[in-house]
Amino acid sequence: MPLPRPSPYDVLIIGGGVTGAAIARELSRYRLKIALLEKEEELAFGVSKSNSGIIHPGTQNPPDSLKGKLCVQGNILTRRLAKELGVDFREVGELIVIFKDDEMPELLKIKKEAEELGVPRLEIVDGKWLTINEPNLNKEALAALYAPTAGIISPYRLVYDLSENAQNNGVEIFLSHRVTGILRKTGTYEVQTDKIPFKSRFVINAAGLFADEVSRLVGGDDYTIKPRKGEEYLLDKKLENITRHLLFPLPSPTSKGILVIKTADGNPMIGPTAEDFDNKGDTATSDAGLNKVLENAQKLVPSISGRDIIAYFAGLRPVAGNDFIIRHLDKSPGFIDVAGIQSPGLTAAPAIALMVADLLKRNGLELKKKLFFKKHRRPSVHLFAIPFEKTRKLIKKDPAYGEIVCRCEMVSAKEVRDAIKRGAHTLDGIKFRTRAQAGRCHGGFCTTRVMKIMAEELKLKTTEITKRGKGSEIVKDSRDGK
Amino acid sequence: MESRELVIVGAGPAGMAAALSAYRKGIKDILLLERDQYLGGILNQCIHPGFGLHHFKEDLTGPEYADRFIKEIEGIKGIEVSLKSFVVHLTGNKVLTYLKPGKLAEVKAKALIMATGCRERTREMVHIPGTRPAGIYPAGLAQKMINIEGWLPGKEVVIVGSGDIGLIMARRFTLEGARVKAVVEIQKESRGLIRNVAQCIEDFEIPLYFLHRILRIYGQDRVEKVTVENIETKESFDITCDTVLISVGLIPENDLVEMAGVELDKATNCPRSVEPIPGIFICGNAYKVYDLVDWVTRDSEKAGKMAAEYIKGLK
Repeated sequence: MPLPRPSPYDVLIIGGGVTGAAIARELSRYRLKIALLEKEEELAFGVSKSNSGIIHPGTQNPPDSLKGKLCVQGNILTRRLAKELGVDFREVGELIVIFKDDEMPELLKIKKEAEELGVPRLEIVDGKWLTINEPNLNKEALAALYAPTAGIISPYRLVYDLSENAQNNGVEIFLSHRVTGILRKTGTYEVQTDKIPFKSRFVINAAGLFADEVSRLVGGDDYTIKPRKGEEYLLDKKLENITRHLLFPLPSPTSKGILVIKTADGNPMIGPTAEDFDNKGDTATSDAGLNKVLENAQKLVPSISGRDIIAYFAGLRPVAGNDFIIRHLDKSPGFIDVAGIQSPGLTAAPAIALMVADLLKRNGLELKKKLFFKKHRRPSVHLFAIPFEKTRKLIKKDPAYGEIVCRCEMVSAKEVRDAIKRGAHTLDGIKFRTRAQAGRCHGGFCTTRVMKIMAEELKLKTTEITKRGKGSEIVKDSRDGK
Repeated sequence: MESRELVIVGAGPAGMAAALSAYRKGIKDILLLERDQYLGGILNQCIHPGFGLHHFKEDLTGPEYADRFIKEIEGIKGIEVSLKSFVVHLTGNKVLTYLKPGKLAEVKAKALIMATGCRERTREMVHIPGTRPAGIYPAGLAQKMINIEGWLPGKEVVIVGSGDIGLIMARRFTLEGARVKAVVEIQKESRGLIRNVAQCIEDFEIPLYFLHRILRIYGQDRVEKVTVENIETKESFDITCDTVLISVGLIPENDLVEMAGVELDKATNCPRSVEPIPGIFICGNAYKVYDLVDWVTRDSEKAGKMAAEYIKGLK
């Protein structure tokens, strides 16, 4: 990690989720001194890590909403971003499915609202179309709204790739720096952390679940973030093709409902639940959540069974009312709130970044383009995603591609070493980047192998290796002499 | 593409016994693929005694039992061992693709023996709710950490399931100075061997709760406690601990034969016969989960013999 500069930064971003990372990457085009602070041990360890990875087309948003507008824009922008960064985006399309005649007006309303927002190529498809094009869907399905522009992406790999590219363009990233206070002195902010203070002319609050608390530090007291918990259940990769599209029921007032979706990693995912909680740290799953998810997923795809589940987790959506809050906080000049970024935040992120750049400009920050902006990034290799012939060539170049450490997801020692070189330094960080430990055996085979590579590359003692940062050490004692 | 008379995937007790038996029946062109860096498979981490009572009429540890086969294989030219070799693809006509450091290779076999063993069932498969902190490990992984790597995963342990691995690990942790606070079993009796219940649990006075289950795991960064429930009375209580070991059974690893078109039993993941495709044989714990390694050896020798006869029949 770099040392913070004594002279002020132009922009300081608080929060290293997809919102903060997208803003950092967008602003790194300009001649600005930028720092990003993240309280966790690695980026994407907050809200973003439990995102379902859907790039939404823009449906199910009120036509006059900010999130709807940014979602439609973001869907388009994500495609270019994915190409530039070498992230795996795949357009798979979504179906919002109805089972009864009297649900048709609601479906037509969703279609009309989406069309007002500018969602392209929407179509109502009938039961016959569904039988042909989505064979495992419940045969009782009557019709669906088909949105072909929906896609999937790996949410955490997007964050890592955005931030890596931002770093290559000069953004300084400080991990494990929790903001504790913000002072405003003669036109400059001093942002205090649990480690060292930072000075900056502009501050962007992308603090996810904690955005309300950060905003309050400068007098922004007009919103609170309520965590809305979502339990997600992942199915075995063998069922990768159980659906061809992302399947949605009709939405409820608080969520898009329980879905059956595809993910960039190949495992279908069912969920999420949507329950409001007060505790911003409560990511426990429950029996009730499992039953609810399973029951509703089976309504869409009856052949799904509890036995297919290989992993589960709960994430918290940062909810601040019904829409995103993206604004310059006039009572604290130079402070920008990017709050309440719940669904469709992942999709909207690149559009949010553009909006924030515009807000900065309108509030006095000069945006001058750099002569050389490195928009591309050397893509990471994932053996599971490439044909054997390509693997053969890679192994010739570097024998370590032939040393498999994760049996379920086919991850090589070389990929783990690369992930570490690109910044991973916890077991979860390696899992999110490479998939090692994310398969059906849950690290039974690869945990010790990955830990040994970490010890070697990061010069760590075995007892210092953590799952996700201090306090989550894997072993308590070691007699391996290291 | 390379071709071989017999390719064996997995060099644990099953693969080694099958290789030796096929060799004795006259097959002299055998490729034995092992994904680990040594032969012997899981036996290497089973440092407790109790192996070989039937096959050798001796009481051996796992590594000692394995060593007898390893020594024999190492002296035979007709069995080529390839370590750190990971099979990633298999077709029904017996073409295997495997990776090893520096090489991606394809090999066509006249006959194939799959001795791929088991993986452990996980916390996720038994749906234990709660958080997902560090400190939740499959019992076999914990066994590997202690016995192979020299790492102690935790100091206050609750074990879920009373199968043999769970029982053996209860004793192992105790001997390493950790405190095993409970073994929690949802059934009304142990699925493990009677001798393991006596020698691993009763001898060390470890509390064993039958008809109980873990209701929830707590802890943000590291496991802090579990809630345990009596499934009949629904009464529950908490146990503070830093580690939860999961020992809830094994699943035969048959992903490769499934890729080759073999249909598996949905509940057990076992193939429906020893030779589901002519010339492809499945033996050891991949065929069915055995109590004792001695029976793995016995049945794998049969598979080796069957493969040898199949190859001779082709000529």
